[in-house]
Amino acid sequence: MKLDSMYQDIILDHYRNPHGKGLREGDAEVHHVNPTCGDEITLRVKLDGSKVTDVSYESQGCSISQASASVLNDLVVGKTVGEAQAVQEAFLELMQSKGQGEGDEEVLEDAVAFAGVSKYPARVKCALLSWMAWKDATAKALAQQPAVND
Amino acid sequence: MTHAHEPSVLSGLLDTDAIRKDFPVLQRVLHDGKPLVYLDNAATSQKPRQVLEALTAYYERHNANVHRGVHVLAEEATALYEGARDKVAAFVNAPSRNEVIFTKNASESLNLVANMLGWADEPYRVDADSEIVITEMEHHSNIVPWQLLSQRTGAKLKWFGLTDEGRLDLSNIDELITEKTKVVSFTLVSNLLGTINPVETIVRKAQSVGALVVIDASQAAPHMVLDVQALEADFVAFTGHKMLAPTGIGVLWGRQELLEDLPPFLGGGEMIETVTMGSSTYAPAPHKFEAGTPPIAQAVGLGAAIDYLQGVGMEKIAAHEHAITAYAVERLLEVPDLRIIGPRTAVDRGAAISFTLGDIHPHDVGQVLDEQGIAVRVGHHCARPVCLRYGIPATTRASFYLYSTPGEVDALIDGLHHVRNFFG
Repeated sequence: MKLDSMYQDIILDHYRNPHGKGLREGDAEVHHVNPTCGDEITLRVKLDGSKVTDVSYESQGCSISQASASVLNDLVVGKTVGEAQAVQEAFLELMQSKGQGEGDEEVLEDAVAFAGVSKYPARVKCALLSWMAWKDATAKALAQQPAVND
Repeated sequence: MTHAHEPSVLSGLLDTDAIRKDFPVLQRVLHDGKPLVYLDNAATSQKPRQVLEALTAYYERHNANVHRGVHVLAEEATALYEGARDKVAAFVNAPSRNEVIFTKNASESLNLVANMLGWADEPYRVDADSEIVITEMEHHSNIVPWQLLSQRTGAKLKWFGLTDEGRLDLSNIDELITEKTKVVSFTLVSNLLGTINPVETIVRKAQSVGALVVIDASQAAPHMVLDVQALEADFVAFTGHKMLAPTGIGVLWGRQELLEDLPPFLGGGEMIETVTMGSSTYAPAPHKFEAGTPPIAQAVGLGAAIDYLQGVGMEKIAAHEHAITAYAVERLLEVPDLRIIGPRTAVDRGAAISFTLGDIHPHDVGQVLDEQGIAVRVGHHCARPVCLRYGIPATTRASFYLYSTPGEVDALIDGLHHVRNFFG
């Protein structure tokens, strides 16, 4: 059934038990909304030099947006900003693939489960909400650092 | 699973088997054999063949620009366009056809009123000493134009709050509507809550202080008898596409003496009497408010839609929807964890029903319903303040029309049980 391609077990697991949820100390905070459906996320990024040491968030929204934030936390915490940006770009590419992409499991890990979501234009924004917030918050955090390279 | 009621126990139903044959899209089968269950009528209605044929006939046989042309097609197009105005005037019981202004939708109609009042001379002028009163249950199209007017003029914007039951809280009406109030604008039927508002109480109060009354009838015109004289409003706005007509055609009805006194908003062709390089004089209403080539085919389509609705009968349509709504409310309340946002009865309620289902997000509800061929709307329905009022991010909304059946209500209920199992 088509629905199962969107609501993979991995997604439903992350939705029911989100990783890293809750706001903790960070270097920069952003608030993003999806104006069409009212999904919201407040997200903080904590960097140590070029390393992502924490991504914390409070969010409300559908299972796709909630699971996506959880997977984001899994994938970027502990990486350098440069590595994490590469993951973010790979995820963005997958979500823009209109159901054609499968995603590189080496890079995206659990996030390949979102491949099915890319078939549903109305839901792509849900999946990308936290990732766009992370990108924005990271840029803000980097801008505050005097001279850090990736 | 609960048992569906025998549809025969519902009284006042229309012959939907016959009606549905007129709507080609309702024959669609989705997702490997599931018949379309279209429950998104508050967003837009489907179109009967009679409307589609009127559009085709217009373009195939009569297409021309309206007014002033002396050739056959121009005269035919003008007669069809102005004929549609006659049909709208009769449909809303307007005292004069010249009180019917064609716009592109209800949003444009409401923006038009707000701009007329911003540019008007006394006594209508909205300025820094004025107050504007709306309600917390308005569609954004009846909030934002007034916010803009308030920001541009300095007028104070006030609003009625809502009760826990999804009705207007009129307890502070005397503080809200005062001698300073220039305009009171409110919806006749809420697009999110389904509530039918007590027009007479508000109109009486507004009249007592000399305020103009604007009624957003977008969710009323498709579903019930709309009589602008009985409403005693000064302006009534609605849109065609929710009442079987194409998109791109809306209506603003306004009292004739107001339309004569108030200034135009958009300038251009068709709205003038005479033009020099220095200044212009304006055509009488309604043309004063219809600058540029109007949506001609869409107006013709609206005329055909009105013919169709009146052929069925607005009172019968209202009775049908009331029966369907009562049945739907009753069955929805059987679903565990389901909370109706709005009146939990069919009394003074239209055919749009919003609800939440436990903590399952409406997006997920809508997606799983879609997989079963059931089309509902999810989100804040362009009425975000209502969601804020009830502390919810969004709702799922099912909304019915003259072709909706008890069987479709049953399909919705079965679908919701499936949603609960899926995310349970």
